[in-house]
Amino acid sequence: MITLNHYLALSAMLFAIGTAGVFLRRNVITLLLSIEIMLNAVNLTFIAAGRQFAAVDGQVIVFFVMTVAAAEAAVGLAIVIALFRHRESLNPEAFTSLKW
Amino acid sequence: MAFDAVLFYLFAALAVGASLLVIGQRNPVYSVLLLIASFAALAGLYVLLDAPFAAVTQMIVYAGAIMVLFLFVVMLLNVPREDAAEWDRSHPLNRPGAMRFGAVLAGLLLLELSWAVWHVSTRQPMALSETSPGSVASVAAIGRSIFTDYAFPFEATSVLILVAMVGAVILARRGQGLE
Repeated sequence: MITLNHYLALSAMLFAIGTAGVFLRRNVITLLLSIEIMLNAVNLTFIAAGRQFAAVDGQVIVFFVMTVAAAEAAVGLAIVIALFRHRESLNPEAFTSLKW
Repeated sequence: MAFDAVLFYLFAALAVGASLLVIGQRNPVYSVLLLIASFAALAGLYVLLDAPFAAVTQMIVYAGAIMVLFLFVVMLLNVPREDAAEWDRSHPLNRPGAMRFGAVLAGLLLLELSWAVWHVSTRQPMALSETSPGSVASVAAIGRSIFTDYAFPFEATSVLILVAMVGAVILARRGQGLE
């Protein structure tokens, strides 16, 4: 019997994987991919909870999250392209101009 | 074991395995392709949760549009593979103090998480309700909700998309962009 807890545990695991990716990888594009993993873990929680409480609101919010993810990916990748043009590198340690 | 339980564990293992490989790769092209596999597994889980609209949107918008955008940028930039030696030299987690502190925190978190999972699983499990999945699965109900209760956020979304589009064009433009 698959319960809500199973989905919540899976979502927590995916979110943890995404967080670990942000901390471990040294590549701006992989950092963005890790953020997408985290967004999807949250989406899974919304849909499972919406199913549990028989409400469509979960899926509506997932729709909005996907829209924000699309906007974030477009702007984020544009910034990555601009940064790569300046430094010829994707290592976040290379972008320290704003570091005090 | 019931059929949907088998499918759940299959899709869950696929999603977790693919996500782990995404962050374990040094080559970003493989990362993007593996993330598409992970998203496909999540779409399967959405179908199991009676959310076909979310599953289809996941495949078309996420796997079809966003990931192709990522792949396009990765190949456009001809991104270099991450250098292991550079990782050793420049990673902030590679200093002994930070590493010990992080290891202690991660151990505590693991302890807390396993305690919580054990505690929850021994309690009365909250079974997914069997009541009228049809009302949740209906695309018409989702559309009605978006255009009535969520009409304002929906309109705000269009402004967000416009701002993102203009921002992306300005940022990625050669010449007077960031320079």
